[in-house]
Amino acid sequence: MEYLLIFIAAVFVNNIVLTQFLGICPFLGVSKKIETAVGMGAAVTFVLTISTIVTFLVQKYVLDPFNMGYLQTIAFILIIAALVQMVEIVLKKVSPSLFQALGVYLPLITTNCCILGVAILVIQKKYNLMESTVFAFSTAIGFALALIIMAGIREQIAMTNIPKGMKGTPIALIIAGLLAMAFMGFSGIV
Amino acid sequence: MSNLKILLNGLITENPTFVLILGMCPTLATTTSGLNGMSMGLATAFVLICSNMVISALKNVIPDMVHIPAYIVVIATFVTVVQMCMQAFVPELYSKLGLFIPLIVVNCIVLGRAESFAAKHSVINSAFDGIGIGLGFAGALTLLGSLRELLGTGKVFGLTLMPEQYGSLIFVLAPGAFIVLGYLVAIMNKLRKA
Repeated sequence: MEYLLIFIAAVFVNNIVLTQFLGICPFLGVSKKIETAVGMGAAVTFVLTISTIVTFLVQKYVLDPFNMGYLQTIAFILIIAALVQMVEIVLKKVSPSLFQALGVYLPLITTNCCILGVAILVIQKKYNLMESTVFAFSTAIGFALALIIMAGIREQIAMTNIPKGMKGTPIALIIAGLLAMAFMGFSGIV
Repeated sequence: MSNLKILLNGLITENPTFVLILGMCPTLATTTSGLNGMSMGLATAFVLICSNMVISALKNVIPDMVHIPAYIVVIATFVTVVQMCMQAFVPELYSKLGLFIPLIVVNCIVLGRAESFAAKHSVINSAFDGIGIGLGFAGALTLLGSLRELLGTGKVFGLTLMPEQYGSLIFVLAPGAFIVLGYLVAIMNKLRKA
């Protein structure tokens, strides 16, 4: 039940993109087609879950015992960068088909701020390992959900006639604003 | 290129927020008021100026193979400096900006400028580029923050400009951030083409 609450809260109520403003760059950048949005969503889900588990363990068993909390930012970003590289290499060897599907999105993920953001959030929220994993996974699902909804809308918008100055980023931002308004309807559920 | 030109390039021609559309996460998240937007912008500007100078000074020492991780370590170091200073001197502001201070590390503007400018130019030029881009970013955040504060609560920097009941709270909340920025970018597009 507790995990279900974390899941619903992370996917709908505190949607990472539309209420927490993390991961906006890929949200605006790769949401032009549903296909790429699904690929990016899957890649983020994969990396976010793994990286949160690793950074959580590092914080718990390396940084905390040695009183090195001030190294958190540097340590986490290096772990994430290294991990993304590693995932890339392992995937290439183990599952070439999955690598084909996710390949191009993986390098982009290092600079996706929702990865570092979630890693720091679970420490701040004082979750245990299981809760952190569930939180990371459901946050990523929320990210993928927002990305895919956005891509669906943008595919439709591309065919309509909008004012010249509004084309591209401005209209994308305004759609995102309306989506955020829709997601506000979920507040108060959990 | 003269230093003045570099400065203006960052402020106007290549304004990170309105023209390059980089660093959107802090732009949207921390601009709930003019003051918050300005502090976030200045914190980022400080990191940008310092990292630009250090990376430009070290550009001949860092091997090409590992330049990205090396840049990230330099940037993360300055971010930690900012984080600790803010925690010590302005704890109230620090708790408001919260997560977004450590997240300066993954702000694409900082790494982008290191890669595209500091790695190729002298220390002085890089410092001016850092100041230009940094102030361009801070200015954009202050503008967006003030507008949202005005539309949402009728105040700018805590100064009442119109009665509070005319404000619509939605502009301070999440949707307002996207919508106000969307219209600002559209206006900037129009101005630049005219």
